[in-house]
Amino acid sequence: MDIGLSHYLTVAAILFTLGTLGIFLNRKNVIVILMSVELILLAVNINLVAFSAFLGNLTGQIFALLVLTVAAAEAAIGLAILVVFYRNRGSIAVEDINAMKG
Amino acid sequence: MSQLLPPVAAVLPELVLAVSAIALILIGAFRGEAAANLVTGLAIAVLAAAALLVLLAPAGEVVAFNGSMVIDTYSRFMKFLALAGATVSLVMAVDWLNREKQQKFEYAVLVLLATLGMCILVSAGDLIALYLGLELMSLSLYVVAAINRDSVRSTEAGLKYFVLGALSSGMLLYGASLIYGFTGSVNFSVIATVVKEPSLGLIFGLVFLLAGLCFKVSAVPFHMWTPDVYEGAPTPVTAFFATAPKAAAMAIFVRVTAEAFPHVTHQWQQIVAFVAIASMVLGAFAAIGQRNIKRLLAYSSIGHMGFALVGLAAGTEQGVRGVLVYMAIYVAMTLGSFACVLAMRRKGQAVESVEDLAGLGTRNPVMALLLAALMFSLAGIPPLAGFLAKYYVFLAAIQAGLYWLAVIGVLASVVGAFYYLRIVKIMYFDEPAEAFDPMPSELKAVLGVSGLFTIFYFVYPAPLIEAAGAAARSLF
Repeated sequence: MDIGLSHYLTVAAILFTLGTLGIFLNRKNVIVILMSVELILLAVNINLVAFSAFLGNLTGQIFALLVLTVAAAEAAIGLAILVVFYRNRGSIAVEDINAMKG
Repeated sequence: MSQLLPPVAAVLPELVLAVSAIALILIGAFRGEAAANLVTGLAIAVLAAAALLVLLAPAGEVVAFNGSMVIDTYSRFMKFLALAGATVSLVMAVDWLNREKQQKFEYAVLVLLATLGMCILVSAGDLIALYLGLELMSLSLYVVAAINRDSVRSTEAGLKYFVLGALSSGMLLYGASLIYGFTGSVNFSVIATVVKEPSLGLIFGLVFLLAGLCFKVSAVPFHMWTPDVYEGAPTPVTAFFATAPKAAAMAIFVRVTAEAFPHVTHQWQQIVAFVAIASMVLGAFAAIGQRNIKRLLAYSSIGHMGFALVGLAAGTEQGVRGVLVYMAIYVAMTLGSFACVLAMRRKGQAVESVEDLAGLGTRNPVMALLLAALMFSLAGIPPLAGFLAKYYVFLAAIQAGLYWLAVIGVLASVVGAFYYLRIVKIMYFDEPAEAFDPMPSELKAVLGVSGLFTIFYFVYPAPLIEAAGAAARSLF
């Protein structure tokens, strides 16, 4: 069986859905949310690289490299905020992020 | 070299911001916390200088960096708005941060970086520049929200903003990847020439992209972060959040829809109209029960984004002009309202309940009068500026045949008037509470200018309308 563009897109779509569900269904730990965000960004990268390869156009791969860089910065900032929050609240459980309603 | 120079001249404001942000970090790092006020002062000067550079930039369209950056009248208009909002909100922050013993040089540097991100975002000409500008803005804003790192509420605001913001950038990026895949390009003008007939994949991409952008302008159904972040973040930060990033995000929202998808207007028009209605209605109803003034202004800003989107939903040049006028007036009104919120302080302690305004009409008649004018203007009562802003977007919607949208908008603004008028009633007719501490002079200046602008805007509206009209023309 040939592996075509649609297979890659399907994998990316599944990963994207898993990441989104991971954020919404997860009721325990903020770290899991950070992992889900990474999953979403990786799904996007698979999409970009697959399109790039099938279109014969380099833009997608450059885009993917930039996304990787920004994802690293995003994870660093997210963890930093999480550490500060833990110092104040003593917990990183999702249900404890409740000082304000909403 | 001759090919390199014109773009460098065109992005001079961005270069100034980037270089000074790095220089200010070094000053802060070498001189420590003692340099906080110096760094903040320099940052204000840099932001004002960048705004001046944008204002004095030569007219005409420059496309730089292989189409990644488009510097036209439209981007200059919105860039000026974002820079002005950032400058004024940083000016308002100085006194507050000193009184709360929150002098940190990082705050000014982060505001500079966020503003740099906004400038890139506003003149983005392709999806890559859009994403990078958006992330530079958002990543700085996440940190700024949690800047008071010893407070549970501030860090919680930062965390909530980060989690939902990261999700929304992920959706935006997924949409961008689909658009790239189905058009073969990331450049807005190339996408516009390729997209004549919408394909299913492209529509999916467009929906995801718009969902991400809706989050950034805090439009319903992606508004959940707004009230919590506004309430939790320190007040000067909230004032910043409510002005500059909103203007920049709305700018790119309009640019993407008008420049990259002008031939599939019907596809995005439905989405924008739905989002506009949902935001206007939620903004009007959810604000009614709020006791915290920052939370109330958060719902108010959700509603205002809905009104601005009405202009975009029209999908015409006139509609875009309406959006630009609306954003300019919104930024002016919001800065004035937050100047009042920042001045709400008793015996050195900041208070933020709506009831604390009771009796302001007798304690401080000038502040009460200007705040009342701002509230009437936010409610859209003629002949104040807020009314004219709404008039232009509804006019555009009616001329595009979207009568129902305009009718729902007017009804939502009537409901919304209730809570604005309640503030006026509390100020003038309730038992007076204790007086506030004396207002710092820069807050007085901001409130005065903003209040007088909203009251007397109708006398001479032409310059703003003409500037917005020229900016809208450059998009079409």
